[in-house]
Amino acid sequence: MKDGPYAVEMKDIVIRFPGVLANDNVNLTLKPGEIHALLGENGAGKSTLMNVLSGLYKQTSGTIKVQGEEVNFNSPRDAIDKGIGMVHQHFMLVPVQTVTENILIGLDTPKFYMNMNKLDEQIVTLQEKFGLQVDPKALIWQLSVGEQQRVEILKTLYRGADILILDEPTAVLAPQEIDEFMLTMRSLVDQGKSIIFISHKLQEVEEVADRITVLRKGVVTAEGIEIAGLDRRKLAQLMVGRDVIFSVAKSEQEPGDVVLSVRDLKAENNKGVPALRGVSLEVRAGETLGIAGVSGNGQSELAECITGLREAQGSVKIGGEELVNAHPMKAIKANVSHIPEDRTHVGTAPNLSITDNTIMKCYRTAPIGNGVTVNRSNARTYARELKESYDILAPGVSTLARKLSGGNLQKVILAREISSDPNLIVAVQPTRGLDVGAIEAVQRVLLAQREAGTAILLISEELEELFTLSDRIAVIFEGEIMGTVDPRDADVDTIGLMMTGTRLEDIQKGVEAQA
Amino acid sequence: MNLPFDIRFEKRSEDNAWWLPAATSLGAVVVAFIVSGIILKLIGGQPLVVGKFFWEATFGSWATISDTLVKATPLILVGLACSVAFKMKLWNIGAEGQFYMGAFFASLVVLVPIVPLDSPKIVIIGSMMIMGMIGGAIWGFFPGFLKAKFNVNEIITTLMLNYVAILWNNFWIFDRWSDGGFQMTPTFVKSAWLPRLADYARQYKAFSGITLHLGVIIGFAAAILVWWIFSRSRWGYEIKLIGDNPKAARYAGLNISRNIILVMMFSGALAGLAGMSEISGVVHRLQERISPGYGFTGIIIAWLAKLDPFAVIVVSILFGALIVAGREIQPSGLAQLLQGIILFMVISSDVLLRYKIRIVRTQPATA
Repeated sequence: MKDGPYAVEMKDIVIRFPGVLANDNVNLTLKPGEIHALLGENGAGKSTLMNVLSGLYKQTSGTIKVQGEEVNFNSPRDAIDKGIGMVHQHFMLVPVQTVTENILIGLDTPKFYMNMNKLDEQIVTLQEKFGLQVDPKALIWQLSVGEQQRVEILKTLYRGADILILDEPTAVLAPQEIDEFMLTMRSLVDQGKSIIFISHKLQEVEEVADRITVLRKGVVTAEGIEIAGLDRRKLAQLMVGRDVIFSVAKSEQEPGDVVLSVRDLKAENNKGVPALRGVSLEVRAGETLGIAGVSGNGQSELAECITGLREAQGSVKIGGEELVNAHPMKAIKANVSHIPEDRTHVGTAPNLSITDNTIMKCYRTAPIGNGVTVNRSNARTYARELKESYDILAPGVSTLARKLSGGNLQKVILAREISSDPNLIVAVQPTRGLDVGAIEAVQRVLLAQREAGTAILLISEELEELFTLSDRIAVIFEGEIMGTVDPRDADVDTIGLMMTGTRLEDIQKGVEAQA
Repeated sequence: MNLPFDIRFEKRSEDNAWWLPAATSLGAVVVAFIVSGIILKLIGGQPLVVGKFFWEATFGSWATISDTLVKATPLILVGLACSVAFKMKLWNIGAEGQFYMGAFFASLVVLVPIVPLDSPKIVIIGSMMIMGMIGGAIWGFFPGFLKAKFNVNEIITTLMLNYVAILWNNFWIFDRWSDGGFQMTPTFVKSAWLPRLADYARQYKAFSGITLHLGVIIGFAAAILVWWIFSRSRWGYEIKLIGDNPKAARYAGLNISRNIILVMMFSGALAGLAGMSEISGVVHRLQERISPGYGFTGIIIAWLAKLDPFAVIVVSILFGALIVAGREIQPSGLAQLLQGIILFMVISSDVLLRYKIRIVRTQPATA
């Protein structure tokens, strides 16, 4: 690593929001050519700090130096001029335009005439330099999430960024895409870029980062320490301030009656392509059925068909009652809780308060409502109770949902969905994008529900989570169930094979043939 | 030239204080008056004289205050109509047409007649109110239904239906109910008139000549109703939820199609009530051009009031005053000039809610 000035030096940064001290005298240094991981729980102030560095927010006090020179950003453009580019967790791309067009958006050149072929070539050259292959003529909506992320990175590189801020880049990626992404980061650093990598996946940080800075509740708990020689347990401790139990214990219990019974379910995805091709499964009371699979193999569609949000053929019975193609209200009345995959666009209303978001499914009945009115003071009391018992961090219950961090938003959803004492919980990626502390909290809640006799359908991409929580694991591939295994005697390899399209009976045949 | 300081806009990251939106809007109106004064001065007018005249013409005496309130009445109802629809992000541009249909349906009560004309006043007025609301609601139903069932853009349908409603009215007043060839129906029987303060001049001398009618109370009551719906009722909660995130609303089990239709009908009913109040309280007959574009002004009022029902009342009174002033001041364009500047100022003052302005010294101060 070269000596000389730091690529970035943030000193004594204080960022204050009303009622919240988001960053309290935070220091962060980024050496040229390193990958620096910024680690912390949800709401620890990671994104806020980086939004300051990329010119979106302004610090209350403290100084920022870039390449040794003090800077004062008033807009993202100022930051870009200094070579700082941020790739946000939520992509900012225009779906109906091509890759090249998206990269050029907002630039002053070309001024009028766009020689697309020449520009495409420029983009390809850039791609080859950094190993970020995407068809420059492809339209954004046709690309996978991983490819869209590459476009976002290319966008910042094209603007001449030397310092890249990647905000939880792996949260949206499928497992195999993550490996590829790690290589990309390495090749960027080899080409002389410096990277700040926000994450809370300890394994990835260990794998790719040179140094780490850990934030906890807005305070630095580890400043720029070398990653070599740190173990995962130690990292987790710095992050949450206590020992994290990595495996939540599950009790042995006999499942009860069948609660959810799905027969030969067929449905299409939003693009009209078959997403479910005859899925059948059963979940019993007090049982958790895990659905494993690479994302985009029909998992979200399955959850939507069960909760009445998507049209389908076949049968979905809950407690013996047919629910396929019924209004979502019918599923709610059948006491089905749904923890949706998309927290911001489906699970909550961003411009309404925490109170209004927590009463979303119980405003019709006492004590919140009587069918005509909504009792505001009861609603607030109810929201305060949930805020208290689920440890939702916010200035108050009238805070707007869009001001909450991902983990706190998920807690709002969880609080709402579980406090209704459901018969069936359909949980889709309930811990995605959450930090270890929040993951554990969510998993504990799901286990408690299982013990209380609730049937749970858990759709997840985290195998560890599925093994921890499920009584049975069904693997879905291209809208079909490849097989169901017992996590006590299944191994990851078998599940991996099923996730990539081999049926369980074929695997077993293969084993027999070999024997 | 290098100024020794720099003006910077900084994004507000914290929540705004509750009074800030009202204070900036009020400040913007004050600035608008000052700017208008400067323009007046520049073209050789006497801003202070005009200002005094303006005040006297609108709020100077009980009679003029009454005039202002009479003009504000339809604006309040139409402003509420737009606020209700906009709250659910339904762009009802059709309050004008709903106003005309409300007036038409209310007139049917007297012109058909639907109830015997010698019925007590309360029966006739009551039926006119109900019919007015039905008329507006029907005119809101069509675009609502098309939006809910076929996702037809409500901006286009509501806008087009405005012209249909106006022409429909014209047919009846030119052809069927024309009073001796004029573009108006005969005057309604007295018991179809909304009570005015002037009607009680015999008991209370001060009321003589005061044209303020019951419509303004209807407007205030409607504002309270709308406030109640949005802050206390289940339906209001549903409207807010759908308006903010329809996907979340569907996920929460709401029937969005039904609510689109209901909200459009409610919005139309309020605009229809404005039409009823205008013919029963002011002109006492159905005639051409009963609305000088109230339905469109309602859109502006709803936005300036930021969809708050009580703010709608305040903004409507201000606009009512501008209409009255425009009638009194020569050239009458002066009031329109002021109206334009107010709009401009209030809309641009919004930037103050999103940004802080800081003046930063860039050069060291010289001692």
